[in-house]
Amino acid sequence: MEKFIRLTAKACPLMIPNLNTDQILPARYLKWPRSKGLGAVLFHDFRLDAEGRQRADIPFNQDAHRDARILLAGRNFGGGSSREAAVYALYDHGFRCVIAPSFGDIFAQNAVKNGLLTAVATEAEIAELAAAISADPAQTIDVDLERQTISSGTWNCTFMIDPISRNQLLNGWDDVDLTDSYREQVTAFRAKDKAARPWVAPKTM
Amino acid sequence: MSEPQTLIDKLWSAHEIVRRDDGAALLWVDRHYVHEGSFHAFSQMKTRGRAVAEPQLTFGVADHYVPTRGRGNDIANPEIAAMVRNFEANAAENHITLFGLRDPRQGIVHVVGPEQGLTLPGLLIVCGDSHTSTHGAFGAYAFGIGASEVAHVLMTQTLWQKRPKRMRIVVDGTAAPGIASKDIALATIAHIGADGAQGHAIEFAGKAIRALTMEGRMTLCNMSIEAGGRCGVVAPDATTFAYLNARPYVPKGADFDRAVEAWSKLASDDDAVFDREVRLDASAIVPIVTWGTTPDDALPVDARAPDPSRETDSMRANYVREALDYMGIAPGTKLTDITVDRVFIGSCTNARIEDLRAAAAVLAGRVSKVPGLVSPGSSTIKRQAEAEGLDRIFRDAGLEWADSGCSMCVGINGDLVPSGERCASTTNRNFRGRQGPGARTHLMSPAMVAAAAVSGHLADVRPLLAGRKL
Ligand code: SF4
Repeated sequence: MEKFIRLTAKACPLMIPNLNTDQILPARYLKWPRSKGLGAVLFHDFRLDAEGRQRADIPFNQDAHRDARILLAGRNFGGGSSREAAVYALYDHGFRCVIAPSFGDIFAQNAVKNGLLTAVATEAEIAELAAAISADPAQTIDVDLERQTISSGTWNCTFMIDPISRNQLLNGWDDVDLTDSYREQVTAFRAKDKAARPWVAPKTM
Repeated sequence: MSEPQTLIDKLWSAHEIVRRDDGAALLWVDRHYVHEGSFHAFSQMKTRGRAVAEPQLTFGVADHYVPTRGRGNDIANPEIAAMVRNFEANAAENHITLFGLRDPRQGIVHVVGPEQGLTLPGLLIVCGDSHTSTHGAFGAYAFGIGASEVAHVLMTQTLWQKRPKRMRIVVDGTAAPGIASKDIALATIAHIGADGAQGHAIEFAGKAIRALTMEGRMTLCNMSIEAGGRCGVVAPDATTFAYLNARPYVPKGADFDRAVEAWSKLASDDDAVFDREVRLDASAIVPIVTWGTTPDDALPVDARAPDPSRETDSMRANYVREALDYMGIAPGTKLTDITVDRVFIGSCTNARIEDLRAAAAVLAGRVSKVPGLVSPGSSTIKRQAEAEGLDRIFRDAGLEWADSGCSMCVGINGDLVPSGERCASTTNRNFRGRQGPGARTHLMSPAMVAAAAVSGHLADVRPLLAGRKL
């Protein structure tokens, strides 16, 4: 996994609450292998109006935000379905960080496994940032995971992330390698548990 | 004396192998369910040249992509056919027991696990699907995970997790006739919000929860993810043990008795402290429908849709305007004036035998004013419903009786609600486009869907139940 330590990049505001994973990546793209290019269908239906035209009112559709790597989002971003492909779509489109007041639990977990930072800031802070970015889309934002700060020009704030996710992103840890280093403990647990809870093993007929 | 513990703490501690300094715990996984959508995880595993660590604890169920019509024939859509084939190959290669497309036990994973007795109290259960919370109805610690985590479980039978906060939702009182577990679930979600339980594991407790059947508890725990909860759990009791007894994978005879003895200890201690407590009174709950595009947009069926001009918060007003616009509902419309184009009875939320009976009790001797689809939660339930004559009631009412799968809950097998159409649905998500691009979904209980079918609009089921056996 790629480490995340610090990022300076342009941002795109998408300040809509409850933007769930069905909106991030519609279900019909879930059968696509990642190599088919999930980044191209990020927010596919959400960015269109009823007639199938790109909605002009969504900054994501505007040229000025095309190369943004930071997404400024509303409350409860990524709730709903556990589809990790929603994270692949964001990442493959170029996003490396989402800043929101809160995230769906499974989404946040999926994000960290793929090197996508989910930074929690207050609604007011994000609104200020979004206003500044809308006024000047060329302006960059600096996100520093070590110091847990977000800054842009003279503006700055701190953000929250749980220490486990922070550790994993800073170190680029691979979960499987990590677990392999505890193999002895796993084997011991398994043996002890089998004796303590014999009813767990599925009984075949 | 040791500190009083919640059920959530007990379940967690029983599975913790190690804990790192930063708080991450490595948990042992007792059951791992996989489905066609788990293909990313199988390929991640293959890329690393690894094998499934504990194939006998891993079970595959074909549900998300399977056709619900014309099962005898080959699957027409080549992409979908490939998904099902690929899944079967992954299961075979890895020696995983599979309830595949042609298996008589096939169905939706969260229906089949409990039905086959694979889901037991005290287990830690994961699946690459957010509604894995369903299995918590048995007093199991069950939650949905993403593809990378599925791959990790396949390779190691363990998972790194952060300990959640604990929330208790107590529902006291007695629910009135015609009030379903779905109404309790929607009332709860409306009360705490679609992200109200974020970061929390939920224990459901109280008299009204004890009174629920296992089917009802599964509906409730299923919907805990729609309140943002990591999982939902109900302490096992005599209802649980009676449901489990003699199911195929459940221990038998003296082994069962010993298991029940252990399971009976799975309850929160009297003085256990929760991070948050919420109380609801079941006797105050009325039939509920959703009007908007998240499950907390839920109101009593006799209410009116909200009016953005009356919202004081501008962000909220904006949200309400956009949701009503997508749903094609004028502000302030009486909910019972909203006509529907079709109905769907299905999904892991509400397609168990009891759900089908509840819908059939309303539909018997009546005709649906709109087309609709009924997809039982499993092939086993389908056969049982047919033995009870329920299929006849649905067919006579003009609804289509189909095979089991996720079907119109998510539409990826091709069962879609056409763009712009409105569907009264027993499913769990009314998100934009959930049942198909442009589809408009109203969530409600199976009996309420039946009421919408025979009325042609959203309707209170209670008057339709007068004089009927429930
Ligand atoms: S029925 Fe719907 S919610 Fe349940 S597992 Fe299938 S797609 Fe998910």
